[in-house]
Amino acid sequence: MAESRRLQARPSPADRPVSLLRMVATLYGSRIRSQAAFRASFLMDLLGQVLIVGTEFLELWVILSQVDVLGGMTLPQVAVVYGLGALAFGIADLLFGEIDGLSTAIRSGKLETLMVRPVPMLLQISSLDLSLRRLGRIVVGLAMLATALAIAGFSPTPAHLLLVVLAPLAGAAILGALFTMAGAMQFWLVDGREFANAFTYGGNYVATNPGAVFPLPLRAFFTFVIPATLVAYTPTLALLDLTGPALLPQWTGWLGAPVAILIWIVAALLWRSGVRHYTGAGG
Amino acid sequence: MLAFGRIVAASFRQYSTYRVATVAGVFTNSIFGLIRASILLAAISTAGGELRGYDALQAATYVWLGQALLAPIEAFGTREVAERVHEGDIAVDLLRPMGFLRLHYARKLGRSAFLLLARGIPPMLVGALLTGITLPTDPLSWLLGLLAVVLAITVAFLADLIVNLTAFWLVQTRGLTVVYTAVMNLLSGFLIPIAWFPDQLIALTRATPFPAMVQTPIDALSGRLTPLETLPQVGIQVAWAAVLTVGAWLLLRAGTRSLEVQGG
Repeated sequence: MAESRRLQARPSPADRPVSLLRMVATLYGSRIRSQAAFRASFLMDLLGQVLIVGTEFLELWVILSQVDVLGGMTLPQVAVVYGLGALAFGIADLLFGEIDGLSTAIRSGKLETLMVRPVPMLLQISSLDLSLRRLGRIVVGLAMLATALAIAGFSPTPAHLLLVVLAPLAGAAILGALFTMAGAMQFWLVDGREFANAFTYGGNYVATNPGAVFPLPLRAFFTFVIPATLVAYTPTLALLDLTGPALLPQWTGWLGAPVAILIWIVAALLWRSGVRHYTGAGG
Repeated sequence: MLAFGRIVAASFRQYSTYRVATVAGVFTNSIFGLIRASILLAAISTAGGELRGYDALQAATYVWLGQALLAPIEAFGTREVAERVHEGDIAVDLLRPMGFLRLHYARKLGRSAFLLLARGIPPMLVGALLTGITLPTDPLSWLLGLLAVVLAITVAFLADLIVNLTAFWLVQTRGLTVVYTAVMNLLSGFLIPIAWFPDQLIALTRATPFPAMVQTPIDALSGRLTPLETLPQVGIQVAWAAVLTVGAWLLLRAGTRSLEVQGG
């Protein structure tokens, strides 16, 4: 009897647990709508982002106005690296950039509020302050990548076309994993937010430069420990059919996706143990 | 003057309590220094060992002095005053027996003194070990160099304060801060030496207060300028400090008049 009654009392659609996909759509949708409401502020922020990317690239452009090649690459080739790196970082920053502010949430005790909600914490933090201004970097990166590829004489084969789509996504996954690991570290080092910047923003800095400029120990560190050279530099070597320096032969341009999977396993484990380690600091 | 000194000391002590943050800052600063030095040194070796007056050792010195100044001049901008305006806490500041500009300048000096010692010197040591650096040997260069550092901190403080004070009229100042820091990082000569800019850009840059914030103290302390050549640069710093003080004061006065704080 009891069995059949339970079967009859089917939950109404409103009570049914929401699927993860629906949750993602609802959370991100609400953030996007709330930000689109303030048009002037949004446009100003967007312009600021475009300007930042512009000044960052100006640094490389000024250097290449003095010398013909930097790390064995000409200006259009460096622009491909920069555009690809900016695109990957833009996507990662849009989705995972907010994890950087985790220490503030820990210190203010805001994290407890997130923990009691029946939504994965990483998803909440990621969507909490989703800043659409970060689209600026993605748009500039994409435009720069397309323009630079055309100038640098990109002659696509089917494999190259696959790589040009895959590389920004794999790069974004690698940098997103770095953001997540940097966030997880803050569970132990609440005041050590800047420590994490060496890996996230430092990784981005390395990713947007020709990897050959770095001395061998630094190049090894930013390939094997922090896989930043695999985000944009080695894919560019493969796309433009260039010879890589020591440690980074051309075929390493295809390593982005497998490395992204590996680093996300590490990041997920680190995040989980960070959340378990957390004992609360707020009132 | 006694109160001013006490606030400087208190601000210094306040920042000296953030130990983990300081160690983290030194680490990150050193990693970025290494990345920046690698890029510049690669360019110089391609150019044949010298690029517009910079050889490898001078370029490395330029990078590490820049990394040392990054924290004290707060190159990424501050938000505190703008937030105090938006939250209405500025009313409390204005009621204090010490003038608003003097109060915030005293706090800035204490903060910057700590940041210079704790976050500036360790990356210089890292640089000296890994890439080598060259510093002047005569006491006069050091004296003028340190004066240029204090003035650079002052000019950067005033310009940043002016950006913050626009909060009296703007509901959201973040966009402006972002644009300001982007321009400042480039034109101050922090990212690359101003001497490497195209000629038109050099002329434009020299007409702004930005080189007084980074390039001048670096040139003075890296021995690129003799003490006699440093003096006019220091004069330019003093002039910009004076102009910006008047600007900040006028903005503050106009803002205070239009300020309306709710509650109490």
